[in-house]
Amino acid sequence: MYHYDDYDRALVRERVDQFRDQVRRRMAGELSEEEFLPLRLQNGLYLQKHAYMLRVAIPYGTLSARQMRTLARIAKGYDRGYGHFTTRQNIQFNWVELARVPDILALLAEVDMHAIQTSGNCVRNITTEAFAGVAADELLDPRPLAEILRQWSTVNPEFLYLPRKFKIALCSAEEDRAAVMMHDIGLYLYRDEAGEMLLRVMVGGGLGRTPILGQQIREALPWRHLLSYVEAILRVYNRHGRRDNKYKARIKILVRALGIEAFAAEVEREWQHIKDGPAELTDAEFARVARSFAPPAYAALAETDLAHGTRLAREPDFARWVARNVKAHKVPGYASVVLSTKPGLAAPPGDLTDAQMEAVADWAERFGFGEIRIAHEQNLVLPDVRRQDLHALWSEACALGLGTPNAGLLTDIIACPGGDFCALANAKSIPIAQAIQQRFLDLDYLHDLGEVSLNISGCINACGHHHIGNIGILGVDKNGSEWYQVTLGGAQGKASALGKVIGPSFAAEQVPQVIERIVDTFVAHREGDENFVDTFNRIGLEPFKGRVYSAPETAP
Amino acid sequence: MNNLIRLVEGEVAVVGDDPWQLAREPAEVDDEGPLILPLPLWRARQAAAVFSGAQPSRDGVLLQPDDEPEALIPWLGVLPLIAIDFPSFRDGRGYSQAYLLRSRLGWRRELRAVGDVLRDQLAHMRQCGFDAFAVRADKSVEDALKGLAGMSVLYGRSAIEPRPLFRRRE
Repeated sequence: MYHYDDYDRALVRERVDQFRDQVRRRMAGELSEEEFLPLRLQNGLYLQKHAYMLRVAIPYGTLSARQMRTLARIAKGYDRGYGHFTTRQNIQFNWVELARVPDILALLAEVDMHAIQTSGNCVRNITTEAFAGVAADELLDPRPLAEILRQWSTVNPEFLYLPRKFKIALCSAEEDRAAVMMHDIGLYLYRDEAGEMLLRVMVGGGLGRTPILGQQIREALPWRHLLSYVEAILRVYNRHGRRDNKYKARIKILVRALGIEAFAAEVEREWQHIKDGPAELTDAEFARVARSFAPPAYAALAETDLAHGTRLAREPDFARWVARNVKAHKVPGYASVVLSTKPGLAAPPGDLTDAQMEAVADWAERFGFGEIRIAHEQNLVLPDVRRQDLHALWSEACALGLGTPNAGLLTDIIACPGGDFCALANAKSIPIAQAIQQRFLDLDYLHDLGEVSLNISGCINACGHHHIGNIGILGVDKNGSEWYQVTLGGAQGKASALGKVIGPSFAAEQVPQVIERIVDTFVAHREGDENFVDTFNRIGLEPFKGRVYSAPETAP
Repeated sequence: MNNLIRLVEGEVAVVGDDPWQLAREPAEVDDEGPLILPLPLWRARQAAAVFSGAQPSRDGVLLQPDDEPEALIPWLGVLPLIAIDFPSFRDGRGYSQAYLLRSRLGWRRELRAVGDVLRDQLAHMRQCGFDAFAVRADKSVEDALKGLAGMSVLYGRSAIEPRPLFRRRE
């Protein structure tokens, strides 16, 4: 992972001092709430329904064991014993006190962490995929450029008061596991035949009220121009993005209003002024940052391990977990492990207790090289586990509720905190997720269904990414009561698609049965081992609609 | 009293005798001066010699968020001062306007932030090229001074430091 130097440390520490003073001035009444609001947001601090919430940045989802222990300490000492991992690879603490936030930030600074720009109308945490650096299908390691972008966008004085939030994601594998197409700027990194690193730049994606997939603005951008090109896009957006209506202020609305060609021409004009200037990246800087991401000292292991093979044959529970939660690694004898945060009733999606965080930190050190990743599906990943250690890790993970064998399955639900916490939500998310999980407890059946993504958002802001779930559930307000709209056919990755609304919305108690009927329809029409989304794309919405609305819903 | 902070060759000063009057609307224009005016009002007041470039203008121009800084190109030689308006401190267009005036259009005279100008944004404004700050009238200018320095590290680049940190890092 990236190692801070004196500059990085100085910035984070000075920022803590600065915010400590701002909190003091707010509490003394020297700053009004209106003046304080963007300052606290740019330090990750929201005011939720019941308390302040602090969102801590986990740049491109990478954590060390030591950093995880600090998160555990914060969960225990400053929150109610848990934290919530988000779809943007960050962590949120839901019950913090304003006066103690500077102390939390100081603790984070000790382990080279911060909450800078995890909220507010600025460039947010740069994300990439959880398997960066280890995935078997990786073309290039996206992390050095993600870190370079993180630094460049941190407290960049021109772009701290944009029309709206601005999210950038980077991916460089065959499969896009970073949801690049739904970002304000999405970057695909690849090499050309001569070995030159190039970027395909997408712009104007985003979910929320107006879901739009990103459009390609540039192909084959040499990597050296990454910063100047992003700067050109941001300057055009900062100058011309709408500011009269917050729901029309994202860059996607500007791109749509101008059309991609006109927007691209505007960016090109701006870029010509700056492309060959000092923002052009250097080999030396790339090498400096990339050194931090050099592969760890892998042992030379055989690809196959006899004891592992025997256990797979003898222990079906273990085999099931391996089939779903263990991912291919580029180094023989190693694997990446997904620790599911979706056990069902025991905990809401994405939540970890301080004891679980401590355990994950220990496993990262004992079974890997001390590194942990956060996936945008809200699960945790141990990226470098020896195949021979999988069984020991699995046993311990099960004992701590982190061994659920459901990665990528229907119960691996992505959900926002919803109406239980969030001041914006129209409806609750967590009880809906748990009620669905309760309906699908039969693991054999669940595994037979194959990959299905189910995403729940408690409101139109779409933090649960419901638009790109194969099954999407959106909480809506109808005359003061909580209802749920269902969409089908959404997908992430290179074949991204936005889900289609199935019909009128449902009451909370109807939702599990609706999901059951959707799944029944899939099973009835499925050909071979087809995935849910492929069946949907083949047969369309109508069969699902017919089944779901065929008879009056009875109480489950 | 304009609650003004000015940077002159790196030195910070609170200016007690600033003569400039800001007029956003025609009704606010009187013949006392010098004035800071939106471009249409500024043009209406100038003598032919100013338009021809033979004589400097007494008045400065106020750039509002919707205005294009490029519109000032013909007058940069005769203007004594450009002010950029922040109707709300959360409207960040003024930062890009300032960056463009300083880094691309070659503006070297006073660049003043006016409007909702507050302590916690002063460092960002300074980095984008402002050298004068008319702090909002109800705020203490001495208190605002504390916000001018900001943090010691700038990763990216700005009007006053065109090289990103990676070109300065040791």
